[in-house]
Amino acid sequence: MTKPGAARGREDLLAKVVAITSGKGGVGKTTTAAAFAAGLALRGHKTVVIDFDVGLRNLDLVMGCERRVVFDFINVINGDANLNQALIKDKRNDNLYIFPTSQTRDKDALKRDGVERVLEELKQQFDFIICDSPAGIEHGAVTALYFADSAIIVTNPEVSSVRDSDRIIGILSSRSRRAERNEPPVETSLLLTRYDPARVTKGEMLAVEDVQEILSVKLLGVIPESESVLRASNTGTPVAFDEDSPAGRAYLDAVARFLGEQREMRFVQPERRGFFRVLFGRA
Amino acid sequence: MASNLVQGALFTVMVVRAGLLRDAAFDRELEQQVERSPRFFLNAPVVLDLKDAEGFTTEDEFLDVGEVLRRHTLALVGVQNALPEQLAAAAAAGLASFAPNSTQPSRRASAAASAAQSAQSSVRATARLVTEPVRSGTQIYARGTDLVVTAAVSPGAELVADGNIHVYGVLRGRALAGASGDVEARIFCTRLEAELVSIAGRYLVSEQLPQEQQGSAVQIALLDDQLTVTKN
Repeated sequence: MTKPGAARGREDLLAKVVAITSGKGGVGKTTTAAAFAAGLALRGHKTVVIDFDVGLRNLDLVMGCERRVVFDFINVINGDANLNQALIKDKRNDNLYIFPTSQTRDKDALKRDGVERVLEELKQQFDFIICDSPAGIEHGAVTALYFADSAIIVTNPEVSSVRDSDRIIGILSSRSRRAERNEPPVETSLLLTRYDPARVTKGEMLAVEDVQEILSVKLLGVIPESESVLRASNTGTPVAFDEDSPAGRAYLDAVARFLGEQREMRFVQPERRGFFRVLFGRA
Repeated sequence: MASNLVQGALFTVMVVRAGLLRDAAFDRELEQQVERSPRFFLNAPVVLDLKDAEGFTTEDEFLDVGEVLRRHTLALVGVQNALPEQLAAAAAAGLASFAPNSTQPSRRASAAASAAQSAQSSVRATARLVTEPVRSGTQIYARGTDLVVTAAVSPGAELVADGNIHVYGVLRGRALAGASGDVEARIFCTRLEAELVSIAGRYLVSEQLPQEQQGSAVQIALLDDQLTVTKN
């Protein structure tokens, strides 16, 4: 099989391993992994998204393929199944594949050499490998970021999330394979999720600038707080497939920036409530 | 094998002037000094400087000094500036002879610490330089030297140096200078938002830092035993 990336003439021929990580739980890592993978697939890149959250499998639900899981990541690591038996092809986009994890095992099943072997095999077939990291800074999270070429730090605009993100950036720059081998550092960027400009104005939420100042990493995008995100999760549709929702559009912008395009930041100013909206009380 | 039998090495050794031992206040002051930085003084080697000292011509006198210092957790290892008969008595007490050096008389407040510092100056390492942001959960220790950070220090990060700490950026974490008891050490930063600052064991937490200096470029020094924050 020829490598699609090579055919498309990307300057770097090797697939990129992208870790989606945060330290803190519940900030939107899985939503982001799903949306980002979907966005890359929509842009024509053959993409696989891997669930590293062994024992707390959720990615399959968010991607809407939970009833198609037969073999998983751990089976492939242990050599009980081969890659193509475990990969699930998305029904909405031919470029998108889901690699679910085991719900019955725990993080110890993520053996580093096994993970490395599977990633090397995936690199032969895919342009992008998106690793959905578990929360925390223990074995699972460190394994998910260890092989990364780039990392997207998912952060909510609140102090505890920012501190945990700072911690995980420190781990990326000291304990990733690139750091251990003295290679160029993992390309790290920040994605601010659940952002509500109105609450920022009221001083109830940290502003983009504050978060960026503390973390001092490149800002990839700001995803507005949006009911479409919850709806997307519950219906098993990556939010990037929903181009009508602000969150979906914000994810597509972030994907474009990730691919090197310049796009203006949207959704960072409070929405101006028009006269009729005020009259009819719509948010 | 024979060539490896004896190897050279440089050590930091404190020097105590023999004249001081006869001063009634010596015992008390040394005790206070040791209390302040117990780790620094634990089993630390001491050389007795016999310059202009009378007596010390018998083995017992040296054994007594050894006893006094041992009470303060210090270990007497040798003498310097000894006269021939003093040297013989010291040798009988099992003490080595050290070459005289240019040790300066220590200041009162930091007798032992600054003696150690001046003995160290010839081998003192260059400052440790950190150019990347210091992230939460990271601890950096500049052993025996200064620490210079040219980026931000996040909350939950910890800087420790035996010498001074310089931060050319926002200091949001903790900074502990003079960690081995050097009361002359200082902390400098271009923006103070620290969780904690400490010099030679004295510390101030964020709440105790003067409000009007938060967010400013400051230096922090130990003046008259008080941690003092002044705007630069």
